[in-house]
Amino acid sequence: MSEITVDLAGKPVREVNRLLHDPLNGVTTVNVLNPDGAHNIAVGVNEAVKVEIHGNAGYYAGGMNKFADIVIHGSAGTGVGENMMSGSIRVKGFASNAAGASAHGGLLVIEGDAGLRCAVSLKGGDIVVDGNVGSFSAFMAQAGRLVVCGDAGDALGDSLYEAVLYVKGKIKSLGADAQEEPMTEADFTGVAELLAKAGLKHDPKSFKRIASARSLYHWNADADQEY
Amino acid sequence: MDPKNTQGKHLSLEPSAGYDRKTIDYIQNAAAHGLYEIRGLGAKRALPHFDDLLFLGASLSRYPLEGYRERCVTKTILGTRYASKPVELDIPITIAGMSFGALSANVKESLGRAATAVGTSTTTGDGGMTNEERESSKILVYQCLPSRYGFNPDDLRRADAIEVVIGQGAKPGGGGMLLGQKINPRVAKMRTLPEGVDQRSASRHPDWTGPDDLTIKIQELREITNWEKPIYVKVGATRTFNDVKLAVHAGADVVVVDGMQGGTAATQTCFIENVGIPTLAAVRQAVDALEDLDMIGKVQLIVSGGIRSGADVAKALAMGADAVAIGQGILFALGCNSETYVQGGEHHSALADYEKLGTRPGYCHNCHTGKCPVGVTTQDPILEKRLEPDVGSKRVRNYLKTVNMELTTIARACGKQNVHHLEREDLVALTVEAAAMARIPLAGTQWIPGQEFGQR
Ligand code: SF4
Repeated sequence: MSEITVDLAGKPVREVNRLLHDPLNGVTTVNVLNPDGAHNIAVGVNEAVKVEIHGNAGYYAGGMNKFADIVIHGSAGTGVGENMMSGSIRVKGFASNAAGASAHGGLLVIEGDAGLRCAVSLKGGDIVVDGNVGSFSAFMAQAGRLVVCGDAGDALGDSLYEAVLYVKGKIKSLGADAQEEPMTEADFTGVAELLAKAGLKHDPKSFKRIASARSLYHWNADADQEY
Repeated sequence: MDPKNTQGKHLSLEPSAGYDRKTIDYIQNAAAHGLYEIRGLGAKRALPHFDDLLFLGASLSRYPLEGYRERCVTKTILGTRYASKPVELDIPITIAGMSFGALSANVKESLGRAATAVGTSTTTGDGGMTNEERESSKILVYQCLPSRYGFNPDDLRRADAIEVVIGQGAKPGGGGMLLGQKINPRVAKMRTLPEGVDQRSASRHPDWTGPDDLTIKIQELREITNWEKPIYVKVGATRTFNDVKLAVHAGADVVVVDGMQGGTAATQTCFIENVGIPTLAAVRQAVDALEDLDMIGKVQLIVSGGIRSGADVAKALAMGADAVAIGQGILFALGCNSETYVQGGEHHSALADYEKLGTRPGYCHNCHTGKCPVGVTTQDPILEKRLEPDVGSKRVRNYLKTVNMELTTIARACGKQNVHHLEREDLVALTVEAAAMARIPLAGTQWIPGQEFGQR
């Protein structure tokens, strides 16, 4: 059990990423000081290590994360946790656009609001947002779950595949092929579990379920092929 | 005029130029089905192309090289700008990105084996990386596409180069398309999609918009892979001069420019035939952009879209490309549009299966159906066996070898000891269009349309 601290003041982000990609030799926690909105902090981590980012992170913090538990004690820029595979990322502040884009696994928790296109192209990860999510969230989301404890903007769940969205607050509008469906017991349990993991207190009974109507899954392209 | 033809009788069979049989058929097909036509391969219309350029071989003012004896170097290095491990190829002819899903796993393996045998690279596609292709390819380029199907850090780390795909020549501005009949369980799993769904990939990347974001995205990919791997940026040819400049500004090591003759496994015909610019026009714009930024020799250029032969490669290189990528040529080499397929060492007729698709060898563009008569673009368990990796890899290897020999034949004739020494000065244009697009003088003149005489 050991902890290291990297002060990014005046240093390139390479310093922290190199450290995280090299063998960690027993280091269990890496503290990052003075991130000052630097992009690409703790991207491509491939080990079960704790990363504590003390301040605001720029684009793609924790991008493609595998196994690591990353906490951002501040806000996160565009694409936090993009293409995450496993592990967890917690944003104490707000997250900008495309939070958790294309995430295949793991848990992303945003304690504040998330910007546009949260969970866009989601492929299996779970995302819990305590605040609101912006418009076009969960666009083309393929698998995984998005839990929104606040409100959702326009065109929520446009062109959804098999991802499922749960929203507590108001939904400004649903996107093409997204529909509200009744919550089942499995939904209540799932939401309760996700809220517990995220450490958030909301009544699972107060959430709505949004999923794909699957009307865009097929179109008759097998038309006559004479040419 | 035939004196008997004065009553307008024969003129009653006069075809219309604007509403010819093809157009009438198109309209009636649209009327019957209420849906545009989707098909595979590339633009079928006639376009100004490398065919419209010729080489000035050596004579009195230049020395040729002995065709069979003197060495002509084809080694090609890509990614020298930032990557600590640039890609080193024995020949400047690479295999373009084509997805597993569009192609069968057997085909992907064939391509890897062939590329490895001739010392070049192959490229993944919209369906992620398969083990077959990773294991069979010495040098594998991993595409980062808008869909991000199957995209993951482990494959990123085991790739030799990364290609961020902004667009492709067959459909700049459009996303991928894979119809339900090709989404079998394995393809579905790799793409995290329900089986059999008609899949339309995104046309925009999920986590960035615009060149400033792309700069950060490229840095992210470099950080994840510790600045080892070359990063290519691929654009479909449209506003190529600006796009290449922006890609270079965003930090690309290599820019891939794909002209409108580039192929696709499934796209709307109206898109294939009407969006984008010809490869010939694009390559000149791309080279101009690199010259403008003083990036010649620092950022490498790969050109694709309708590259078929060694002559095409030589012309692309003379225009300023560092390498080419071939997609459709590879499919044809595998047996696309051939009358037969080889199974168990014997040729079998595929004519009946072309017939079922309403087509014949030489005309087929039915890759989107998944019913490829020769087993190239299919996921059907019976059809895919028609392409055996041993046969496929040998054919592709032979084809690439031939193209490379043709390339060196032309380079030697022009007196070059290295194919990369081919230059614009070695070329003339056959048509006014080609002269204007490529800014190469019309053969026998000094004339480049739009420029003063003698200015190049
Ligand atoms: S033969 Fe196969 S690969 Fe070739 S055009 Fe037809 S379906 Fe496509």
